[in-house]
Amino acid sequence: MIPLYITGLGNISPQKTWDNNHFLDEVAGVETNYLRCLDPNYKEYVAGEMVRRMSRIIKMGVAAGKICLADAECTMPDAIITGTGLGCIEDTEKFLTNMIRNNEEFLTPTSFIQSTHNTVSAQIALLLKCHNYNFTYVHRGFSFESALLDSFIRINSGESGTILLGGLDELTPNTFTILQRLGHYKMKPVNNLDMLNDHTRGAIAGEGAAFFLLSANPGEKNYAKIEALDTFYKPISDSIPAYITEFLERSGKRLDEIDLVLMGISGDPANDKVYGDVRNHLFREKPQAWFKHLCGEYQTASSFGLWLAAMILKTGQVPDTTRLEGAKPGMPGNILIYNHYRNLDHSLILVSSV
Amino acid sequence: MPQRVYITGIGIISSIGNNAGSAFTSLVEEKSGIAGITLLDTSLKGKFPLAEVKMATAELLEAVGCSGKKNLTRTALLGMIAAREAIESAGIDDINEFRTGLISATTVGGMDRSENFYKEFLADQKKGHLIDIVNHDCGDSTERIADFLGITGFMTTISTACSSSANSIMFGAQLIKAGFIDRVVAGGTDSVTKFTLNGFNTLMILDKNDCRPFDENRAGLTLGEGAAYVVLESEEVVKSRNKNVLAELTGYGNANDAYHQTASSPEGTGAFLAMQKALHLSGLMPDDIDYINVHGTGTQNNDLSEGIATQNIFGEKMPPFSSTKSYTGHTLGAAGAVEAVIAVISINHGIIFPNLRFETPMKELSITPFTKVMKGVDVRNILSNSFGFGGNNSTLIISKTN
Repeated sequence: MIPLYITGLGNISPQKTWDNNHFLDEVAGVETNYLRCLDPNYKEYVAGEMVRRMSRIIKMGVAAGKICLADAECTMPDAIITGTGLGCIEDTEKFLTNMIRNNEEFLTPTSFIQSTHNTVSAQIALLLKCHNYNFTYVHRGFSFESALLDSFIRINSGESGTILLGGLDELTPNTFTILQRLGHYKMKPVNNLDMLNDHTRGAIAGEGAAFFLLSANPGEKNYAKIEALDTFYKPISDSIPAYITEFLERSGKRLDEIDLVLMGISGDPANDKVYGDVRNHLFREKPQAWFKHLCGEYQTASSFGLWLAAMILKTGQVPDTTRLEGAKPGMPGNILIYNHYRNLDHSLILVSSV
Repeated sequence: MPQRVYITGIGIISSIGNNAGSAFTSLVEEKSGIAGITLLDTSLKGKFPLAEVKMATAELLEAVGCSGKKNLTRTALLGMIAAREAIESAGIDDINEFRTGLISATTVGGMDRSENFYKEFLADQKKGHLIDIVNHDCGDSTERIADFLGITGFMTTISTACSSSANSIMFGAQLIKAGFIDRVVAGGTDSVTKFTLNGFNTLMILDKNDCRPFDENRAGLTLGEGAAYVVLESEEVVKSRNKNVLAELTGYGNANDAYHQTASSPEGTGAFLAMQKALHLSGLMPDDIDYINVHGTGTQNNDLSEGIATQNIFGEKMPPFSSTKSYTGHTLGAAGAVEAVIAVISINHGIIFPNLRFETPMKELSITPFTKVMKGVDVRNILSNSFGFGGNNSTLIISKTN
């Protein structure tokens, strides 16, 4: 497979990540169970009048997409492909709430129009006047991975030279409450940097919009290259190390060539158990890092993980706030991202330096 | 030489029947599935017709042997029924004999249940049965279908509004051509919900009568529900299994209209590009197309924009065309797959199905849909359009195999 070169980044997250000249230099611990995105000045990216009409996920997505395109100096990508687990949930809730409260009367269309899952990729296409391939994947923990797989296929078949790829989800107070009741999120705030010492049920909730400009060829500026990807559904825990070994073999990499393992540990003890075998056996000697204490748990959090891997490979720095125990990493050349969403949808992404 | 991609199985449940056989009967007998609302509990009852699947959710549960199970949404159930039929139709005994994937599309997901949950939840955040909300997201129905069919390989869900399941089929074909998988069950499922019915009502694009696509006096769409899937297999799998091939997927195209979040551009730019890309990929010329299954929702805007784009592609060589949404209503995320299944039926029976209720030609267009079943037609290639909100436009070309 031809690797995908990452030539631009745009990331809006609970950390200050939208400025690509800074790399997690202001991370501070907070007592919370709900990591909300920090807002850049959206008016810098979208005309003021439009900003007011947009829900949060549309603002986040459009701004992150535009930051990414500007970073890569790309004006017209050959494809726009996004993944989102819950889509435009704020607008969905708004229309649903009005419909129920008003007994199906006196409704206005705006929130319905903006509730469709493809709204963000459509809005970006509209702003760019981009008539090219446009896709939105909406499969839980495979949403972003499916968009990435589509990107691999398009670049390898020669159908696209450049692709704007995004992973995005927003959290609303209602969705937080519902998922909390379902046991997905913690009942009480904890310090996010110290959440592994908290053994209460659930993860810290999160959200974000991370965009990548992918290219078949190296660009002026390259953050990293994505070499391989795979997804696996509801695996038996015992089979995971074998699966990872087999994935690396297929991707032409030996286990000892992996310099850093970046894991989607979420702070939910029940779901994090799965990482135990990988951490304590397969990669026991390896430098290990994590990212969900910075972005929280959500369906497309692996896009934050990919952003982190790309920044690590570009800068040669593994921020202390992302390190787990294990050997101190040198200058990583190959990073393996292993993530799963609620132990249903598992994924592996192999990223290397250029 | 890239892999060829064959269609070896079809499954469909919609307002015109619970399987491909009964859909065929309704299509030939020109029996529309559109009627007054009987199942959906809505205050819009009596104001608009709907194309409902004529089975209550409890009956759907029974049909999949899951009576009493509380965690299955109507969207998932419709999908399970149609996907199971597709696999049976393809003569597959061991689903995981080859690397088999599932690509399903939906726009509403578990919204039918979320509506119930929110009623109580909005009054008191501690209330609402969690079993009614746990399946809200789009990925849920796909995982339920995968678990039901025993598919453990690659799976994903697509949501690009009304072009969603055309895109499922397109992505499935791309995965096979890339050698990533050998076979895929691809399609989509959507149930009617108050959310979508009211949503389209606020846009004032629901016809108070049964929809009349491509008619001068058309007044909007009729919402429908259903699910449809095709089994796509690589050339190698088809050879090794030695099973009947129903058709070949020879072309597909995806483009964005980039004009407006909901409205289509006056000249149908996205539609034109999608059809052009599909034709280019298939290596076919416009006059190789024997029938067009238009998106044809029955809204003022879509039919005009699509009509102009289609005229621009086909010029003087316009083949017979119709919108089968005049039978099935607009099944949203399932529509592309519903119409792909109808295309496979047409190819295998040499029959093309009309645009019901058409009376008056549109004054802006020089083309009119045909209005009676046409039998004994040598249907070699069918072009099928699916266009959605967000300017997401897709075209599939389905061909007879030699």
